[in-house]
Amino acid sequence: MQRRTRLIARMDIKGPNLIKGVRLEGLRKIGDPQARAARYYAEGADELIYMDVVASLYGRNSLVDVVRHATEHIFVPITVGGGVRSVEDADRLLRVGADKVAINTAAVHRPALIGELSRQFGSQCIVLSVEAKLRADGGWEAYTDNGREHTGRDVVEWVQEAESLGIGEILLTSVDREGTRKGLDIDLIRAVTSVVDIPVIASGGAGSPAHVAAAVSDGQADAVAVADMIHFDRINLMDLRSDLTGAGLSLRNPSAG
Amino acid sequence: MTARHVTILDYGVGNLRSVARAFEVSGASPELAETPGQAARAERLVIPGVGAFRSCVDALRAAGFEDVVREVVTARERPVMGICVGMQMLFDGSEEFGRQPGLGLLPGIVAGIPRVDAAGNRRKVPHIGWSPLQPPDAPSGAGWKDTVLGDTTPGTDVYFVHSFSARPTEPSDVLAVTDYGGYEICAAVRHGNLYGVQFHPEKSGPSGLQIIRSFLSL
Repeated sequence: MQRRTRLIARMDIKGPNLIKGVRLEGLRKIGDPQARAARYYAEGADELIYMDVVASLYGRNSLVDVVRHATEHIFVPITVGGGVRSVEDADRLLRVGADKVAINTAAVHRPALIGELSRQFGSQCIVLSVEAKLRADGGWEAYTDNGREHTGRDVVEWVQEAESLGIGEILLTSVDREGTRKGLDIDLIRAVTSVVDIPVIASGGAGSPAHVAAAVSDGQADAVAVADMIHFDRINLMDLRSDLTGAGLSLRNPSAG
Repeated sequence: MTARHVTILDYGVGNLRSVARAFEVSGASPELAETPGQAARAERLVIPGVGAFRSCVDALRAAGFEDVVREVVTARERPVMGICVGMQMLFDGSEEFGRQPGLGLLPGIVAGIPRVDAAGNRRKVPHIGWSPLQPPDAPSGAGWKDTVLGDTTPGTDVYFVHSFSARPTEPSDVLAVTDYGGYEICAAVRHGNLYGVQFHPEKSGPSGLQIIRSFLSL
């Protein structure tokens, strides 16, 4: 049987608001993250991802309350990222009900953190968040802080190193495409999915159901995180799901059983 | 309807908030048991578990829960459900990090999901995602009647996240399976009043909550 593609609602959070930018910048307020999360759950989102986009700035993740509230009513997996720098930070988020934590900046600065987290909590709940930007030579460089800070690391090398250190999953965001609605970066997705044996969540640039389908069929992504499309009410998850099923993808049927 | 009592073993592994909350919205009054005394009174018992098999078994034993689980299952014959590693621990042992003994309530071992399929293609491990539950033999799901899957339709998707899975010795203990890239994963087991689910009903949306309600009505 064809594996189910996961359709994930990604919510970038700044302070009390769900926000959305273009190339992770120029952030626009969308509204109350709680109401949106409830709606995406009701519409059959397979998972939710919360990213605290200003966490690195303040050195901490402020999503503890948001997650605690979400897990009262939402019974699908929740990933939380932004400002996770230690086993203690991860523990705080997992304790309030997060299923997975995503790390980027801290892992880049100290890759040993990956091993510490995966030994403590299991690799299945440690997600590497990669912010990728195309280089002039055609490869991709990993960035941090919403695509602002260079790391000097090559994305393809970095994901392989992180996999060997114990990452369980990769959230791969194309900074170049993010918020542009021009389609996901299929070459980037393919470059990563062809070198790792762990699931890859593709993110950044989905403007239409066809874009999402291409990330799966051409990019071999295991999951696609959508934001712009659903936050601006250009399509709802139920319609997106049925379009994708129509395009030949295998997705779960949330109304069965 | 009065709230049904369910006891969730709290032996210091993982987050029990989602599990407790899922039982709460399903009409139960969940109690977290931190001592064997609390667990011994259980009307229904849930054994959660995440992460490594060894650390779960060690923590469960260190908390003094091994005997009480056995008693609730075999002497008191109350409904008991292990979730994820909580299911895996019910078996004789696991091959994770060398052979590790389990509780031995169900015959069989826990083994890693093969990273290569029959055709030599890579299979991604951990297995993360939604996958449909199927009865092991009768496609009708007749065998699910009066079990935790009693109100679940064959083909219902539930959420899995695991690298190891159980290989029961007794085919009759297998309640549901799911296919993962050509590998048959044991998704749920049942032996009398003892259940184990490899997936996470507390993370499987309305379908998962239905399974929890069925467990509560056993």
